[in-house]
Amino acid sequence: MTPADTPATAPAAYTPEDTVRLDYTRDVADPGQFPYTRGIHASGYRGKLWTMRQFAGFGSAADTNRRYRDLLAAGGTGLSVAFDLPTLMGRDPDHPLSLGEVGKCGVSVVTLADMEALFDGIDLGAITTSMTINSPASILFAMYLVVAERQGVPWSQLSGTIQNDILKEFIAQKEYIYPPRPSMRLVVDVFRFCAAHVPRWNTISISGYHIREAGATAAQELAFTLRDGIEYVQWGVDAGLDVDTFAPRLSFFFNAHNDFFEEIAKYRAARRLWARVMRDRFGARSEKSWQLRFHTQTAGVTLTAQQPYNNVVRTTLQALAGVLGGTNSLHTNSLDEALALPTTEAATLALRTQQVIAHESGVADVVDPLGGSYYVEALTTRIEAEALAYMERIDRMGGMVAAIEQGYPQREIAESAYRDQQAVESGRRTVVGVNAHVAAQETPLPLLYIDDEVGAQQLARVAEIKAARDAARVTTALHGLQEAARGDGPLMEPILEAVRAHATVGEMCDALREVWGEYTERTEF
Amino acid sequence: MRERPVRVVIAKPGLDGHDRGAKVIARALRDAGMEVIYTGLRQTPEQIVSAALQEDADVIGLSILSGAHLHVCTRLMELLRAEGLHDVLVLVGGIIPDQDVPRLQAIGVRGIYLPGTPMQAIVDGIRRDVRRHAPLDA
Repeated sequence: MTPADTPATAPAAYTPEDTVRLDYTRDVADPGQFPYTRGIHASGYRGKLWTMRQFAGFGSAADTNRRYRDLLAAGGTGLSVAFDLPTLMGRDPDHPLSLGEVGKCGVSVVTLADMEALFDGIDLGAITTSMTINSPASILFAMYLVVAERQGVPWSQLSGTIQNDILKEFIAQKEYIYPPRPSMRLVVDVFRFCAAHVPRWNTISISGYHIREAGATAAQELAFTLRDGIEYVQWGVDAGLDVDTFAPRLSFFFNAHNDFFEEIAKYRAARRLWARVMRDRFGARSEKSWQLRFHTQTAGVTLTAQQPYNNVVRTTLQALAGVLGGTNSLHTNSLDEALALPTTEAATLALRTQQVIAHESGVADVVDPLGGSYYVEALTTRIEAEALAYMERIDRMGGMVAAIEQGYPQREIAESAYRDQQAVESGRRTVVGVNAHVAAQETPLPLLYIDDEVGAQQLARVAEIKAARDAARVTTALHGLQEAARGDGPLMEPILEAVRAHATVGEMCDALREVWGEYTERTEF
Repeated sequence: MRERPVRVVIAKPGLDGHDRGAKVIARALRDAGMEVIYTGLRQTPEQIVSAALQEDADVIGLSILSGAHLHVCTRLMELLRAEGLHDVLVLVGGIIPDQDVPRLQAIGVRGIYLPGTPMQAIVDGIRRDVRRHAPLDA
């Protein structure tokens, strides 16, 4: 829902009547108590502030390494890697589809050497790292593990997250390679591997962010994300894993959009829904399995190219909603991101926005300060009910993989996106600076411009590595990976071997393409 | 005799999968009475030109958010010329830095639509610039 959709019949004020069916102990509970509507920690942000994690990556590994050092020096408390499109799609820089894309939307990582350069001088035992990577998630994660090994940091000390959420790729962001079923196998294999070897790592970030950016409403974002979560847990259980060995390492990622109270209600509903699903549907016994932890990013789609300084205000309000909703980590977008990747100055201002909220506004002093508000509690219940209805529909379709194969969530989202655009065109939804309060003249912003040198540099670098590596070891490792893919055994172990042999991301992905094939979606609009 | 509707190929070149804009504009053009063919994701310039030929397209609309616009458009315009498709109207929507706009115009891209452009502006632009067919009734 956007503010334009608020029905005229909605009450102007909420009263005790609106929360009369809510039982405090059963449905809300104190922070830290099941079903965690008010938060998973009794002490909220008094115990620990959210992690201020700014997503960044561009150009070569060395370029991005410099940005990371700046962010850490500026008080950032976690890193978040943005990979370029060739890396995300498992293509080497010399593939025809990589034309003009190398290092543009993120950092280009082709072999282990790039991953080492990316974290040069950064102690992997002392920071937490989030990596936004999906189809080739296992490969980039394996590279990170080998870099840690070379730094002398034991895997048991590593902490961070790989996104590894392939379902939302089919649903929304479309960075898929293989068909859904082998893709799910890769994901579940990471659950298994980390439970045994990297126990503090978040094995997946089940993401509503991209679903929302593609046009979903808040209720659709919540429903599709949690139903994706159910699908992953079911596949893990079906693969023979004990739910409590892997469920505590599942994490979530939500959008923070414009409708302030609706977003807060969405986060509260997410915690309540997930706790009940894990306890009642999957019979999880560990509290850690019941507790939904999530990252939030402010809504990129709400940023405007017109009057871009207005974006600072939008982002501040969205970030505040994330904090009042109890987010565990937060990325705030930069004001120039409707136009380009952010400049250092814009990225620093985005981080400062979080620091002002955390240290000056006082909102972090009390846990769930809006708990008990008639409006927020009623909204939490309403959005939960809307999401549940969607989730039940997907259950009836046979689960999320089946629903995706039928194109159901894709169609629902496209429909919402079109309705939203029509609301903007007709003026029913106001976008300040775009369809109202338009400026006669725009003041140009200084922007980051990524030139094409990175592509040529990476081509040369990859050629050098290929010439220097042990070609026989690469061939054997890639064959080993294909053998594993044909069977139904572990995948992470053969991927680690290929990484150590300096195989490229494209070579490893191609090896799997040969076995599993590639997914193409039905095109409809 | 009534002219046939304007035929538009909407394409997503490159590796990017963010198709919200492409799909919304495809629907808006269809609702405006045009015949729209959406190529789907990850199309090479060769595939896009071949679709335009096959569909007898009057307009090619590219959605590019990834920064690959100069490479993609340069190649696409070369191929269109090689095929003799001089009168196909080529439009680009997406995130295009200001300094690249004149470069795109110089190679023959006739419409460049940045974030926040109303759908109606694109519909109007096509009706104004499409050369082979008279504008349709709204």
